[in-house]
Amino acid sequence: MSFNLDSKIPEGKISEKWDNYKFHAKLVNPANRRKYHVIVVGSGLAGASAAATLAEQGYNVSCFCYQDSPRRAHSIAAQGGINAAKNYQNDGDSIYRLFYDTVKGGDFRSREANVYRLAQVSNNIIDQCVAQGVPFAREYGGLLANRSFGGAQVSRTFYARGQTGQQLLLGAYSALVRQIGLGKVKMYTRQEMMELVLVDGHAKGIVCRNLVTGEIKSFSADAVLLCTGGYGNVFYLSTNAQGCSVSAAFNCYRKGAGFANPCFTQIHPTCIPVHGEQQSKLTLMSESLRNDGRIWVPKSKENCGKNPNDIKEEDRDYYLERKYPSFGNLAPRDISSRAAKEACDDGRGVGNVVGGERRGVYLDFATAIKRDGKKAIEERYGNLFEMYERITGENAYERPMRIYPASHYTMGGLWVDYELQSTIPGLFVLGEANFSDHGANRLGASALMQGLSDGYFVIPYTLPNYLARTGAGKPSIDGEAFKEAEKSVKDRIEKFLTKGGSKSPRHYHQELGKIMWEYCGMGRNEEGLKKALELIPQIREDFWKGVKVVGDADCMNTELERAIRTADFMEFAEVLCLDALERRESCGAHFREEYQYTEGDQKGEAKRDDANFSHAAVWEYTGFGNKPVRHQEEILHEEVKPVVRSYK
Amino acid sequence: MKINLKVWRQKNAESKGRFENYVVDDIHEDTSFLEMFDILNERLVAEGKEAIVFDHDCREGICGMCSMTINGIPHGPERKTTVCQLHMRKFKDGDTIVVEPWRAGPFPVKQDLVVSRDAFEQIQQAGGFISIRTGAPQDANAIPISKEISDKSMDAAQCIGCGACVAACPNAAAMLFTSAKVSHLNYLPQGAPEKDRRVIAMVEKMNELGFGNCTNYGECQGVCPKGITLDMIAKMNRDYAVAKAKQAVGAL
Ligand SMILES: Cc1cc2nc3c(=O)[nH]c(=O)nc-3n(C[C@H](O)[C@H](O)[C@H](O)COP(=O)(O)OP(=O)(O)OC[C@H]3O[C@@H](n4cnc5c(N)ncnc54)[C@H](O)[C@@H]3O)c2cc1C
Ligand code: SF4
Ligand code: FES
Repeated sequence: MSFNLDSKIPEGKISEKWDNYKFHAKLVNPANRRKYHVIVVGSGLAGASAAATLAEQGYNVSCFCYQDSPRRAHSIAAQGGINAAKNYQNDGDSIYRLFYDTVKGGDFRSREANVYRLAQVSNNIIDQCVAQGVPFAREYGGLLANRSFGGAQVSRTFYARGQTGQQLLLGAYSALVRQIGLGKVKMYTRQEMMELVLVDGHAKGIVCRNLVTGEIKSFSADAVLLCTGGYGNVFYLSTNAQGCSVSAAFNCYRKGAGFANPCFTQIHPTCIPVHGEQQSKLTLMSESLRNDGRIWVPKSKENCGKNPNDIKEEDRDYYLERKYPSFGNLAPRDISSRAAKEACDDGRGVGNVVGGERRGVYLDFATAIKRDGKKAIEERYGNLFEMYERITGENAYERPMRIYPASHYTMGGLWVDYELQSTIPGLFVLGEANFSDHGANRLGASALMQGLSDGYFVIPYTLPNYLARTGAGKPSIDGEAFKEAEKSVKDRIEKFLTKGGSKSPRHYHQELGKIMWEYCGMGRNEEGLKKALELIPQIREDFWKGVKVVGDADCMNTELERAIRTADFMEFAEVLCLDALERRESCGAHFREEYQYTEGDQKGEAKRDDANFSHAAVWEYTGFGNKPVRHQEEILHEEVKPVVRSYK
Repeated sequence: MKINLKVWRQKNAESKGRFENYVVDDIHEDTSFLEMFDILNERLVAEGKEAIVFDHDCREGICGMCSMTINGIPHGPERKTTVCQLHMRKFKDGDTIVVEPWRAGPFPVKQDLVVSRDAFEQIQQAGGFISIRTGAPQDANAIPISKEISDKSMDAAQCIGCGACVAACPNAAAMLFTSAKVSHLNYLPQGAPEKDRRVIAMVEKMNELGFGNCTNYGECQGVCPKGITLDMIAKMNRDYAVAKAKQAVGAL
């Protein structure tokens, strides 16, 4: 089998492509829309905005999420903000600059036409959200306030205290509940999608497990939108929610959807360090803190155990300011994360000793408090300081915060074309679940923008272009394809529940996470990746031999849920490591230690190989236990010429 | 640390529940309350016993999914803190801790510590929105909104819909939640055109769903992890009175 990786980029100048597309795309006339059914899996920014908008247009929508309410999707946890090219600050921003920054931030591995469209609709998103009642931060004059974020030299980030994701999701949710109330969206909560169902090669439905009753049920539609978020939990410890998994996307991959660039995983530089073995998740401290916080470690190892306030100015190494004078503490995420790792590898980490070493660096607000006063800092970050104290028991107004990088976001995801359609016709992928716009590294405040862009402004134009061609008529769920899928789900569950092992699914997830973090985390190399590729099949085997899943199938069973998700992570981890191994270059968040500058100004920085790797790697499933096939979509650089991504 | 737990176990919505006693030791003080449950569940699995089911997801105090009543207090003893952000350093070695689900008529228990909060969804569906379509609204800066008003709206909008306020209220009233949702939109100029309809629809839905009346106990405010205050209820009551008056004279 081979993939059709036609990106379907429209003709014309980059600034005209989206308009061209919209003009030429087929439409479904308003009277016919009610004949179509659309399944939306996921109710985060991408899913909620898509479901609400399509319902407003007249389609019948069924929306699914695993939480007890759509508004609890993990988008709710985004703190820092959302970008847009409004240029309200009159500081030189423009659509083109946002486009350029995003392409450069992604280390020239994203599709230019998609990114340009994202920058174009960014302004509509802000208008839309304000109209919905999203209480963005404002200045005294009543206009919207902005802040700056890593990787940009303009101030283009809109925010709502430290809870931007929450407010944007509540906005999208409000549009969604309105449609639920009107009967245009049927909402299914506490449902986990287990299988994608194809009829004649087109995505026509899903099979879900009801997480309360255990019922296995099919749902059919004219098209399926997958908006299920990222797979950062493959590292076990991450800033994702407990339920975030790769399962829905991975099942689509098994059914023939290409998985693109799985190795592009983002490690966020500012998270609270690990406290010990019993930890279940890591908490992010918004990157916006880097606007005012200064990052440092002691110059010498001897000082690492001291109270930071007793370490003299001249004994501190403000390493980001030193290495990247023009971006300083606002250097992009991948660069800041690696710099923190280097400092700790060098033995100069601070904080608790866990597993024999200190893994943490200081984020210090003393200078900002002196300059702007404690009140101003409290106003900007009060809730984050409170959260920090709740978790660590330390007061960051008086003592620098301790931070360390953690798995946070995944740029990789299911491959989609310009229309957000995967390699399976009728399966569209939105939000973090797709691979589209961020290349090898995502800039802060751009994921929220992308999720809402996909849902509010892109899919409402691209989905009809598909639906108009296929015609309305969802298949019956009594068909063979559905029955087979249901059986496969039931068999899988049965298999877990009859296992006589002794260790919990969590145990194996944790072990897998250790392997991934060690060999496929912030720094990767051939030897390590090969090692991981040996270890993963072993732990998978151990898992299938040793896992114990207690409880029953016909009730709430969180152990079973975790077992199912862990099994998918175990398989997926291998694809991720393979991708990392085969990408013999460093780019963005993918840092291969073998490929770095060894001299000159750029010494120690990531070294891209545009001649051989200017493409998206798209993996095709070839059966359990077989090596997947790697395909390529060339990434063309028509608008922005790749340069060394310097933030010095 | 060593902790003695009395945990509510209930097989399903139909069956009767009861407390079970567990002892967990070797708990580090930096461990979170839910991580202690993870550890306990690991042990139960090892013994082949059924794990305790509880709701949680983000574990950073924002999704509103976690819901445990600890020693009689929804979300436990620390103010403005969800149970997922509560840490064991707030307890003492040897403590006995009683853990139950939210207790309120409109929130039936589904299993162990999990309840249904679907009633909240219905209140939202009744009016928790501004009726606009996705499209091309006017420029975001077209209506300036004073910082004070915008901040007030944001204070209300912070509600995470956890339901602790209902669980804490002797009457199982949902006033704090509903008022937060109403006020978020009613403070703003964008929300003004539907202000009256919204407050009537949401309040009436709340009453219809069997939430109790507010008799000013104020317990809700004490347990709210997001610091939503009784002022919101006062605002909602005002808005409601105005809207009803308009309705009475046929102006709505
Ligand atoms: C702590 C944190 C802070 C962040 N801060 C920022 C920020 O400041 N700015 C920014 O731009 N980005 C930020 N991000 C990134 C951004 O929040 C996410 O990328 C984005 O919100 C993802 O949205 P989504 O709609 O794609 O997925 P999600 O919001 O994760 O939603 C996924 C949905 O899919 C459902 N689902 C998943 N699997 C299944 C299944 N099998 N069956 C049924 N339903 C399923 C879930 O129930 C959920 O409704 C942050 C991320 C984190 C973790
Ligand atoms: S008002 Fe407070 S306690 Fe009540 S649901 Fe909202 S956040 Fe929870
Ligand atoms: S788990 Fe999300 S608020 Fe507690």
